[in-house]
Amino acid sequence: MTKSIDFQTDPSQYHHWRVSYDGPIATLFMDVDENAGLFEGYQLKLNSYDLGVDIELADIVQRMRFEHPEVKVVVMTSGKDKVFCAGANIRMLGGASHAHKVNFCKFTNETRNTYEAAEADSGQKYIAAIKGACAGGGYELALACNHIMLTDDSSSAVSLPEVPLLAVLPGTGGLTRVTDKRKMRRDLADVFCSLEEGVKGKRAVKWRLVDEVIANSKFDAVVAERAREFATASDKATGTGIALTPLSKTIGADGSLQYSLVEVAVDRKAGKATLTLSGPDSEVPASLEALHAQGDQGYLLRLARELDDAILHLRFNEMELGLLVFRTQGDPQAFLAHEAFLMDNRSDWLANEILAYWKRLLKRIDVTSRSMVALVEHGSCFAGILAELLWSVDRSYMMEDEFEGDNRPIAAITLSDANFGAFPMGNALTRLQTRFLGEPEAVDALAERRGEALEAEEAEESGLVTEIFDDIDWDDEIRIFMEERASFSPDALTGMEANLRFAGPETMETRIFGRLTAWQNWIFNRPNATGPDGALQRYGSGVRGDYAQERV
Amino acid sequence: MLDLINVSYDTQIPNNVGLSSDKRVLKALEKWHPGYINWWSDLIPQNFQQSLVYLRTAVSVDPKGWAKFDYVKMPEYRWGILLAPEVEDRRIPCGEHAGQPAWQEVPGEYRNMLKRLIVIQGDTEPASVEQQRFLALSAPSLYDMRNLFQVNVEEGRHLWAMVYLLQKYFGKDGREEADDLLRRSSGSEEAPRMLGAFNEETPDWLSFFMFTYFTDRDGKMQLESLAQSGFDPLSRTCRFMLTEEAHHMFVGETGVGRTIERTCQIMTENGITDPYDIDKIRAFGVIDLPTIQKKLNLHYTLSLDLFGQEVSTNAANAFNAGIKGRYMEHRLTDDHMLKNDTYPVWDFEDGKLVRKDAPALTAINMRLRDDYTRDAAGGVGRWNKLIAKSGVEFEMKLPHESFHRQIGVFAGKPFDPAGNLLSQDEYDAKATEWLPTKADGDFIQSLMTPVSEPGKYASWISPPKVGIDNKPGDFEYVKLYMA
Repeated sequence: MTKSIDFQTDPSQYHHWRVSYDGPIATLFMDVDENAGLFEGYQLKLNSYDLGVDIELADIVQRMRFEHPEVKVVVMTSGKDKVFCAGANIRMLGGASHAHKVNFCKFTNETRNTYEAAEADSGQKYIAAIKGACAGGGYELALACNHIMLTDDSSSAVSLPEVPLLAVLPGTGGLTRVTDKRKMRRDLADVFCSLEEGVKGKRAVKWRLVDEVIANSKFDAVVAERAREFATASDKATGTGIALTPLSKTIGADGSLQYSLVEVAVDRKAGKATLTLSGPDSEVPASLEALHAQGDQGYLLRLARELDDAILHLRFNEMELGLLVFRTQGDPQAFLAHEAFLMDNRSDWLANEILAYWKRLLKRIDVTSRSMVALVEHGSCFAGILAELLWSVDRSYMMEDEFEGDNRPIAAITLSDANFGAFPMGNALTRLQTRFLGEPEAVDALAERRGEALEAEEAEESGLVTEIFDDIDWDDEIRIFMEERASFSPDALTGMEANLRFAGPETMETRIFGRLTAWQNWIFNRPNATGPDGALQRYGSGVRGDYAQERV
Repeated sequence: MLDLINVSYDTQIPNNVGLSSDKRVLKALEKWHPGYINWWSDLIPQNFQQSLVYLRTAVSVDPKGWAKFDYVKMPEYRWGILLAPEVEDRRIPCGEHAGQPAWQEVPGEYRNMLKRLIVIQGDTEPASVEQQRFLALSAPSLYDMRNLFQVNVEEGRHLWAMVYLLQKYFGKDGREEADDLLRRSSGSEEAPRMLGAFNEETPDWLSFFMFTYFTDRDGKMQLESLAQSGFDPLSRTCRFMLTEEAHHMFVGETGVGRTIERTCQIMTENGITDPYDIDKIRAFGVIDLPTIQKKLNLHYTLSLDLFGQEVSTNAANAFNAGIKGRYMEHRLTDDHMLKNDTYPVWDFEDGKLVRKDAPALTAINMRLRDDYTRDAAGGVGRWNKLIAKSGVEFEMKLPHESFHRQIGVFAGKPFDPAGNLLSQDEYDAKATEWLPTKADGDFIQSLMTPVSEPGKYASWISPPKVGIDNKPGDFEYVKLYMA
């Protein structure tokens, strides 16, 4: 799978989904075109999905937030008879590289999280309306919805058949949602995961797998009624949507990327990509009307979309760039002014959506399995939201004092309200709280210093950066750090970094990603699944997996 | 000692499986029984329930004399549980366990797969009774009415056979599935039958004959492959069911044959030589041969869809597990494992039909469908002999298997009955020549007037050559209850 994957799409290009809008209710039909897989070598039968199907879903969910703020309830259903969704396509998984599988699972879970959180973040509630088979990843799609309705036609069922069928972890993030979100009893969950054909009817409600089962003849009517009820009960702020237009992006011959505010320089020999984020190139909107008029060209939204696209591009298309370097250049005060405008206007749906998008984007960076470092250079604008990057990455280095021949403003970090609650990590703590888990008073002290430009010495003193270097040491120290990083095993680094990034309490989200990276990564690499005689490789041949019986 | 050949009547449920000493299963079946009787009573119109029907009832599984004929009211029919005699030292015939002793108990690792196969098979049995529920009202003779009821009660018994397996071998889940078999109902919006073809109504007698010829033959092929199961109770059940199934196909083949015969007779008697002189032929109250061909096209292709995808993981799994074999597995001479074998499967490449080699294990459905097509061709040949004998120039043909398909590689593509790919417009323009139209259906329906005088037949169908149980032509096969 060497083809470059593009995460940009729009409704005119969809192969697999249809959306119909009816006032506050949108209906999302999954109707996968079996011959439109992202890669060769498999057909997407029975509404099974590959990355391409999920890229479209992610696009729909994103557009639902920005282009259709009037929508309060989204009904997710199937456009096919007799099948809701058969889950991730097995032949695609069987043929995919390990790295692609893991990236695929991560991206699909991020998309699931996005629409799962849509209710809390912006009052858009997703309902799964299930007719027909709903298996594996198909049930995961439903699990991420906040209300699940199943028809009682005595054959429609929900299932996680991975253990008996494929010898992999049931539902990459689904299993965690079964116990943590649906709060199903663990012994019943064990039974459920061993049943290839799943659970249907009243038992599915009793076991908490779905919220309601409905007589088949009344199903569509009850789904419509429920959607209306939820829409009526919602106090979501609405308005007229903005259009998400294609990003301006050029890819250089060497693989570098150039957006309007984000630049990605590639150094293949060093295995490194440097992302440079620009500060504001426009004034703060004079009014909410102006913000809406700017639409997707507004500074913070454009920056988020470009950075998001760059991160996804690097994850899927540049597997050997193991180190991501984050830089910023611009006026921190101007950045904070843009940020404050949104923070002060959270009751406006668009301001709220842009901030909620940043929350998701920062989380996406948190779970990116590359070594990440931030360089706080002169002229940089690590302030407020952008300062969050410093505590998302694994290490940060900051320039101290003036550098010869460098007349840019001296490097400083400025904290704002944004650093104290609006952008929690997956563990539900802020990045600062996570960073200072043993010294909660340090966070309180920092809160007092909001708005101050903290230069190197102060930043180091208060624990905001890893190390500071002056003109004499900077180049060498940074070079040595990068060379050393490049010499380590990428696997060991992925494991180490993922362990270190998420201190503090577990949440459903941290468990999903933690278990995904640990367990699914491990199982996907074991011969019982992916060896030549493993169940995943043999799936479809009619011959069962041949398992080594040793317990590990 | 248990008498496993003759049917025991010491419980409410006739059986040759020693039910009286298997309290657990007996209790489960007795609990299920009232629901079944309710289902039957709600289904068949009341005056027929009270009528005396000359039916055969299985009394033994000895191939030499397994049934007896007598008048019986259908609700009192002795539905029973009958398994073909156990074959000594039977071995698993195929797949990775080939050669090992056949399972007498459900192997844990295949429990779900087996259960699903049994449920799907079981779901089709009551479905056809539901599809045919109103036909008795327009029966062309008492003889045909009796055949309809015979088919119905035996499909009911086949349901019993599957329910027995579910209750005996699949515990609580099995009992729930058995209940669901009565909950689902053909054409129901609430809980339809599992396979699409079993949710269509059988609107007239020609459809019934075509159904029993073509669709019951799919049932026969499925039973033939389940009779090869390494799970011995399933194999024995299906082997006995096949004995009964043969009669259903006889009803279909002779029904279509008698319809054709009557049409040819009328044409000859009235000097009509052009089989396409449809209005003239229909004016005599018979069904023209081109319309019969259209019905054949419809039912044959719907039945082909029942075989599923040409290349199928489920079919491969079932074969490899040894729980479903191929047609006549025991007569095939390969290794019965299909490790490296291939089988040519239809595919569609650059607008052309080609047969390409696929791993034989995954092509089990394709192979069974090919066996089916060969099997179905036999009766078509015999119908053509009837036509030829009458002097009418016409030939019935099985359409190409790409025609009018909803499942598999040909699904939704506009092929004509000869297997040529057309444009959608060309296809739509000619479809009424190939498939029955509403007007065709209305015409056939107009002929469906009941005939209930012994020995008399409706205008559109000839009498049978021989009676059931060698009874004379004017035998009263059904003593109608007149309320």
